[in-house]
Amino acid sequence: MKDGGRVLPGLRLSLGLTLFYAGLIICLPLAMLIIVGARLGPAEYWAVVSSPRAVASYRVTLLSAFAATAFNAVYGFLLAWALVRYEFPGRRLLDAIVDLPFALPTAVAGIALSGLFAKNGWFGAPLGAIGIKVAYTPLGIAIAMAFTSLPFVVRTLQPVLEELDGAIEEAAATLGARPLQIFRRVVLPVVVPALLAGVSLAFARSLGEFGAVIFIAGNQPFVSEITALVAYIRVEEYDYPAAAAIATVMLATAFVLLVAINALQAYARRHEALR
Amino acid sequence: MKGGAGGRRLVLAIVLVLTLFVVIAPVSVVLVEGLSRGVGAFFGALGEEDTLAAIRLSIVTALVVVPINTLFGIAAAWSIAKFTFPGRKLLLSVIELPFSVSPIVAGIAYLFVYGGQGLLGPFLEEHDIKIMFALPGIILASTFVTAPFVARELIPLMQLQGNDDEEAAATLGARGFQIFRRVTLPNIRWGLVYGIILCNARVLGEFGAVSIVSGTIRGETNTLPLQIELLYHDYNTAGAFAAASVLTLVALLTLAAKVALEAKVGRGQAGR
Repeated sequence: MKDGGRVLPGLRLSLGLTLFYAGLIICLPLAMLIIVGARLGPAEYWAVVSSPRAVASYRVTLLSAFAATAFNAVYGFLLAWALVRYEFPGRRLLDAIVDLPFALPTAVAGIALSGLFAKNGWFGAPLGAIGIKVAYTPLGIAIAMAFTSLPFVVRTLQPVLEELDGAIEEAAATLGARPLQIFRRVVLPVVVPALLAGVSLAFARSLGEFGAVIFIAGNQPFVSEITALVAYIRVEEYDYPAAAAIATVMLATAFVLLVAINALQAYARRHEALR
Repeated sequence: MKGGAGGRRLVLAIVLVLTLFVVIAPVSVVLVEGLSRGVGAFFGALGEEDTLAAIRLSIVTALVVVPINTLFGIAAAWSIAKFTFPGRKLLLSVIELPFSVSPIVAGIAYLFVYGGQGLLGPFLEEHDIKIMFALPGIILASTFVTAPFVARELIPLMQLQGNDDEEAAATLGARGFQIFRRVTLPNIRWGLVYGIILCNARVLGEFGAVSIVSGTIRGETNTLPLQIELLYHDYNTAGAFAAASVLTLVALLTLAAKVALEAKVGRGQAGR
């Protein structure tokens, strides 16, 4: 690796191509978005991003994403745990199924969930009978977000759980620790960094999710309208500067989360290396 | 954990029931709704003119985007995995950026480059080149969204394999592309195939970014996912679920390919 640059050919060509592509396809559009957003000027920018409808959409998006992520933290953990620790028929199939939400296009997930939770749907009918409404509510949004972001939690936890030494847990058990105690004192401390990283990835994905959500959300302003849709509607109204302003809020949030996730993952790796 | 067989059974039961409800039910409902009216009705729905046009458009988009991102992925992986240079880590972060950006944000960003009021808008209009609300816009937005797929598979794989083989080949007088084709490619081919399959699946399924830049003109700029939305809002449920079944089958094939490739590449590589 050290002297690679001197012997191997192709650095100029491959790096040139990469920089050209990264500049044209990735950096230029994002830079333009920021420039157009900035062109609004502070007062107008603030007026757009703090308008009641936008703020309501932040609340809906954040709360739904939070609920979805909390659910996935528990479900994803149990799923990863079962996949790593238990031997059972169909384990490999279950492992493959975990990736379905990534493989399934979001629009397909969207109509699937809205079909399931429709008034006469498989889930919508029985839930409706006991008075729970999912479609056209923030609960529906949370379910769509939970579906699309599940693999992040499972796939981040799996390698860490695989390295977790069952011997320490057994030692704790021999010394008289109860299962919940073992979980809290032995398993959790090791797993927490990876769990946080996976959960943040899922949360970030949920905040940006569009396709899966809009079918089931009902998209009622102030009630079940996500931020991505507010930006989309501004585009449809040809109000491009406002669309840019809201999009930059989403972009900035994604950046902050990305930095946090990178830090968490670095911490998780250090944590692993120390063991 | 020494929770005993009881605890184990409880956890397993919870996991299986939740997976049935959360993951398996949505996929099943698409296939059931799509195929419940019989195979004839299924193909009838797909054979509708606008849906056929959407399928064609999606395939054309994939045929352009996947090779572009494959080429880019190989170039990026070669430069980042085989060499060290200042800003290497930054470049890696930039390449992975599209994964963190909401597709809606990506679509809007492209409007400001190629749209009427965008950076290149006046120039494009003057030369009568249409990018937004046309095929080129769909291709560009899809390219952005799927940019990292191939590179992200190849970089760890190439780093793991090191440079020794390539350096030996170079010392023995092999030329650049010869080294890549004869020495590197055989080592990375399954990772490459895997990245291409993932990229392809995502191009075919992309919704948010494309919905901004396509203009959703019926029969013209509707990709298959956009067509699903249109049919669904037209209360053509049968047509929507038939179209969705096609994409679901693509997703299932992608997963099958993933499982098959994992056996070849090893879990760590194709796992993420």
